[in-house]
Amino acid sequence: MLTFSPVSVSFFIMALFTIGGGLGVVTTRNLVHAALFLVLSLFGIAGLYVLLEAPYLAVIQVLVYVGAISILITITVMVTRRLMGIEETYNRQWPIAAIISGLLGAGLIALVVAQFGALTPVADVPVDNIEQLGRAFVTHQGFLLPFEVASVLLLAAMIGSIVISRDV
Amino acid sequence: MSEWTFIALLLVTAFIFPAIPIVAGTLLGPRKPNEMKNSTYECGVETVGDTWVQFKVQYYIFALVFLVFDIELIFLYPWAVAYNQLPLFGIVAGVVFIITLAEALVYAWRKGALEWL
Repeated sequence: MLTFSPVSVSFFIMALFTIGGGLGVVTTRNLVHAALFLVLSLFGIAGLYVLLEAPYLAVIQVLVYVGAISILITITVMVTRRLMGIEETYNRQWPIAAIISGLLGAGLIALVVAQFGALTPVADVPVDNIEQLGRAFVTHQGFLLPFEVASVLLLAAMIGSIVISRDV
Repeated sequence: MSEWTFIALLLVTAFIFPAIPIVAGTLLGPRKPNEMKNSTYECGVETVGDTWVQFKVQYYIFALVFLVFDIELIFLYPWAVAYNQLPLFGIVAGVVFIITLAEALVYAWRKGALEWL
């Protein structure tokens, strides 16, 4: 069952990054360190995407999540008051929360294992999948309209965020 | 999978390469601390006040603007990869996408959202 191939060793390293980073996020009391742990965790997920032969998702994970989302969270921490030295426990119900989230996690794992078991690829990934996606974005038969609507959506998001943040 | 091997090797190297001088310095270097050596900036200006300060909320807009242009990348990255196989129509469609987002940049610029406070 457990074989030591480069892929399985990489998987365990990336899983260690992901889970270790996630644990770091919830256990550290320093918000800046939590943000850095989150970067580690998101980076591990990018590695898992590579192992799943989804290079486009891996690149997007690094550029958008490791790049932009982490910067957004870091700046959120920077503009937050009292980011250091939170000593007192705010939430006294954490044991109940731990039990419930543990049960939820166990249930999800049981469900995924029962439903999918050993994962088998449904289709071969074409070598030029990113080129195909790029072509599909700008052809009538593909996703031309969603592609252009996405730019309008981003324009609206930008204008909306500027209007809201400047009128505070 | 093979081209990822180089990235994996680079990743391992990136971890080991800075670790070697740090570990070597800890193991080999003589330890004679004094007050000057232990200061945060041995040859710099002493910081005034608390280092962990709250930044102005206005800086948040930089993160939001950056995020929007980073999301743009999700769409432009496959388009750029397929660039040399696209017909003129496909190039124009991508340029229209970029121009629409350039409007967003012009808006942010004209509204003064890019000014450093």
